[in-house]
Amino acid sequence: MFLGIILAMPVLLIVGLLFKSESVLHANSLSDLLFSTEWKPFQGKFGFYSYIYSSVLVTMLALLISVPICLFAAIYLTQYAKSVYLKVIQPVIDILAGIPSIIFGVWGILVIVPLISHYVAPFFGIETAGYSILAGAVVLSVMIIPFILNILLEIFKSISKELPQASIALGATKWQTIKYVILRKAFPGIVSSVVFGMSRAFGETIAVLMVVGNVAQIPKTIFEPGYPLPALIANNYGEMLSIPNYDSALMFASLILLVIVLLFNLAARMLISRYETKI
Amino acid sequence: MQLSIALIVLVLSLIVFSIFYRGLPSLTWEMVSQTPKGGYYFGKEGGVLNAIIGSLYLAFGATILALVMGLPVAMLMNIHLRKFKKLVNGVRFLLDLLWGVPSIVYGAFGFSVMIFFGVKTSLLAGIITVSLFILPIMIRAIDEVVRNVPVGLLEASMSLGSNKSQTAFMVYVRQCSSAIVTAIMISFGRAIGDAASVLFTTGYTDSIPTSVMQPSATLPLSIFFQLSSPIQEVQNRAYASAAILTIIILIISVLSRVISNKYNKNKIS
Repeated sequence: MFLGIILAMPVLLIVGLLFKSESVLHANSLSDLLFSTEWKPFQGKFGFYSYIYSSVLVTMLALLISVPICLFAAIYLTQYAKSVYLKVIQPVIDILAGIPSIIFGVWGILVIVPLISHYVAPFFGIETAGYSILAGAVVLSVMIIPFILNILLEIFKSISKELPQASIALGATKWQTIKYVILRKAFPGIVSSVVFGMSRAFGETIAVLMVVGNVAQIPKTIFEPGYPLPALIANNYGEMLSIPNYDSALMFASLILLVIVLLFNLAARMLISRYETKI
Repeated sequence: MQLSIALIVLVLSLIVFSIFYRGLPSLTWEMVSQTPKGGYYFGKEGGVLNAIIGSLYLAFGATILALVMGLPVAMLMNIHLRKFKKLVNGVRFLLDLLWGVPSIVYGAFGFSVMIFFGVKTSLLAGIITVSLFILPIMIRAIDEVVRNVPVGLLEASMSLGSNKSQTAFMVYVRQCSSAIVTAIMISFGRAIGDAASVLFTTGYTDSIPTSVMQPSATLPLSIFFQLSSPIQEVQNRAYASAAILTIIILIISVLSRVISNKYNKNKIS
């Protein structure tokens, strides 16, 4: 019976949200919903483009920051460092993974936002309050580091010892071995870990909401505020019942989130499973 | 490369340090022992006991519910459905997908279901939503260990005349107790720290709930609301509440390590 609940969950989620978002889908065409920036709930106009744009921008920036760090850390921990290091680092990663997102948000307000408004932005000659796409991306990147790093460590550990040994026996240096043998072997795994991080970042709500500024616009630079999809849903849940079709639009927003995240995860799983059968 | 490691360690210590640095000075006994009094959100006296108790209720309820649903599923997958490899792998795949679904989607879904049935925001609705959200985590964490239990244990137990369910709940549970405790701890940590899914479903109130049908405050939301206040005094309390939440999470983290080490001793390998 409980297994039944599990099996039914994804279907229930999608059908339930689709059912709720039906009325907004009737009133507006799908392309209007996805590619229009016009957001006027009172006139029944719901264009999600600026929200989707913000979401994608924040997520991409966060990945840009965290993926290189994770990759270097994983290579160092599995290839160069003594195994003691890994034993010390593992609890740190686990604790970092366990910290609630609200704490990351508070930390973002305490540290990252002032840092950006006082030091980073003036360096580029820009004035900003600090609540910006960049702040959201930095906080997010810290949040997804433990997820990506954990998967990467697993993948690097699973590569058999003989491959690098063979490469070194042929006269390659350590770094050449890592570059041409290990990274190539681990490539599908790396891609899927990045996709996992991406889906995690895409759906993150509270921490991003607190630092990203929440202004519905197409940001021109990363120092301007944005308004990602999850923040939109969380911020407007209170008033959504008073305006017709508003709740339906927000449910459609969560449907977009769900579908995108499911697709990301599906792709990553496919990559990993194909990779597992290869070894 | 050493730099990247240093950066990760530095960031963690920076997070903990900055939260405590801002939070601990405002953290008084009053904060953890009283519910908000009138005018609390304008800087008058009171504490966040309502949120602490509410969060604990919510997290305990959701974790227990998820364990009741999750443990049988994990056992079923590995003992009863042992022969159906494809089916079990399909379920694992599905669970991994569910693991990735953002909590706000669960929140929005739970909210629309509640409207459909005409239920108001309540502790019960929150517990159910959060338990659905942590269920995949719970099952996969238990499953990951149960699948590595040697077949010999199953065979020995079966040859002594016990049936599959007895084997599952009397032999396997004991064998995997450390993993189960770890799974419970991970799920509990997720449940207590998640704000997005309870935002819609649990509501917010200044009093401690006396029944599961009442709305309840939760610590993450309490931090969030206090932080959005313009008054410095209230913001300081938000930092103090954040420090409380961090302490709870750190305690859980340490506890799960200690317990899993302790249980690991009486385990056959």
